Amino acid sequence: MSTPSSVSANPEYVPTRHKRSFFRSGREDSPFKRLIIHIVLILACIVSVFPVLRVLAISLRPGNRLMSTDLAIIPADATLESYRIILFEKPFLNWVWNSAAITIATALIGVIIAATAAYAFSRWKFPGRSVGLVFLLATQMIPASMLMIPIYILAIKLNLVGTYRGLVIAYCVTSIPFSVWILKGYFDTVPVDLEEAARIDGCSQLQAFWRVLLPLSTPALAITFLFNFMSAWNEYLLARVMLGSQESLMTWPLGLQRLQGQFQTQWGLFSAGSILVMIPVVILFLYSSKYLISGLTLGGVKG
Amino acid sequence: MITSEVILKSLSEVGSTVLMILAGTVVVEALLYLLLVKWLKYKYALPFMLLAPAAIGLIALVIYPLIWELRLSFTNMSLKAFKNPQFIGFKNYVRVFTEPVLKQKMFFPLLGQTVLWTVINITFHVGGGLFLAMLLNRNMRGRGIYRTLLILPWAIPQVIAVLAWRSEFNFTYGYFNIILTRLGLQPVQWMTDPTANFIAMCLTNIWLGIPFMSVTLLGGLQSISQEYYEAAEMDGANGWQQFKNITMPLLQPVITPAILLGTFWTFNNFNVPFFINQNELESSDIMVTGLFRAAFQYNRYGFSAAFAFVIFALLLIFTIFYTRYTSSLKGAYES
Repeated sequence: MSTPSSVSANPEYVPTRHKRSFFRSGREDSPFKRLIIHIVLILACIVSVFPVLRVLAISLRPGNRLMSTDLAIIPADATLESYRIILFEKPFLNWVWNSAAITIATALIGVIIAATAAYAFSRWKFPGRSVGLVFLLATQMIPASMLMIPIYILAIKLNLVGTYRGLVIAYCVTSIPFSVWILKGYFDTVPVDLEEAARIDGCSQLQAFWRVLLPLSTPALAITFLFNFMSAWNEYLLARVMLGSQESLMTWPLGLQRLQGQFQTQWGLFSAGSILVMIPVVILFLYSSKYLISGLTLGGVKG
Repeated sequence: MITSEVILKSLSEVGSTVLMILAGTVVVEALLYLLLVKWLKYKYALPFMLLAPAAIGLIALVIYPLIWELRLSFTNMSLKAFKNPQFIGFKNYVRVFTEPVLKQKMFFPLLGQTVLWTVINITFHVGGGLFLAMLLNRNMRGRGIYRTLLILPWAIPQVIAVLAWRSEFNFTYGYFNIILTRLGLQPVQWMTDPTANFIAMCLTNIWLGIPFMSVTLLGGLQSISQEYYEAAEMDGANGWQQFKNITMPLLQPVITPAILLGTFWTFNNFNVPFFINQNELESSDIMVTGLFRAAFQYNRYGFSAAFAFVIFALLLIFTIFYTRYTSSLKGAYES
């Protein structure tokens, strides 16, 4: 891939060797340098993928060889036994179902609430607006375990421990600040003229929001939904505090953590469960990572 | 196995909560409509109605609990005194600094450990992330594949990633000790030796945090116009000079918020310290896990509330200084 040197605008200029160093994002790298870069990147990729491959390896081992110092990724006697046990003999599907029900409901509600709030922040200069925006940022600073103390005690007093009620409401609300920032940032980039044109054609303000702005903001809405979905799907701490010891209500992070208990670890089952839970989320994430990151930096830079 | 009983139970629990939220919203909006639109004819009636659900949610689940926690921090509430806690003034705040906050650990060593944890992690995140971003910021074969594979640690659910790492630190079957023994070295007690446990935590979190930094910084690098480098090259600037005088200043608007965000995430990181030592070693705790332990293992609620506000104050001071400092830097660049 030897693209012509970008400095060809000046025909007398010939880049000398020492100038193509690592610090320069060079387009005229020497083959040797390219080789080194590929080697370094391949090593980095191995480090980044390795723990996942180990989990995969353990999930494929037969039950009598779980404890082994074997380092092969696909063991010679690979079996799907662990997958069969976790799917059909453990309440794994229950955990996943519980997580899915909670997660989809809270992500949807969270997006709706955040979208209306972001619309207000984006289109009106109402009193208290800047205080509200700063407050939304400040909530990101609060450590989770700090809010856990009062929420737990209040939940005990309100009889909400051991039910989904507190958990669902909490998931809806905790995702709001971040979602509002992302959506407001996106709404700001959509020209107001479009809504005004719709108003002239006889739409009300809300109809303009619903029929003009929201359809135009589908990518941002999808990303916000996805972000809410993933943070609720992966949440452990609040679920542990709020659900107590209710076996039938457990979400998958609680269940998997229990499999990797303190005294007896069911490695095979833990690994098989992890792989099953991981696949859909990882695919979703990789698919949407580009948008997710631009949303993140948009909110960050503007803050 | 999945049973229909459980399906119905969680469905009805979730469903009834959703209905409750909907009904509450309808009632609130109707009241606001009557009050703001019909009665006061307020100019900003619509935005306030749009904001109401989010505002009520945040007031109920963030502001109210925080005020309640502030009140709690002045009482002696614990598991023993759960029903009738007594008001004890600033005693809890004095205790945070004078008595062990956990069983053995005092406040300042814990703070030192947390700062060390944050500095180590952020240094490696930014350094490693910048390194990878600069390698990726060029025309090359397989760039998309590298990018996808390198982002993987960020995509995996954190609980799974950390628990997987924990099993790699197992004394007999973990990867690290297998390699160490094959190299003829002594295996390390990752789970019981405090220093080794802390290193294990750092390794895990560095692995977890680099993808976010490298992807964010790659975005920043790509937005720097190639012309700057071409001009610098004509003036005879070497690679290091270009890095120092072009890349770093122009990357500033991306690096600053990324570091701020990363610092909060690392300082407040709960999953990694909590799952790596599974709540066994007090010596590996950082602030937020220590707080969780003080509250939910030792059940000293009033004390933990005071402890929480001390941590919050530290974060607030840090934010103010950091934003002041970086905005003054920005001013220096512009002038």
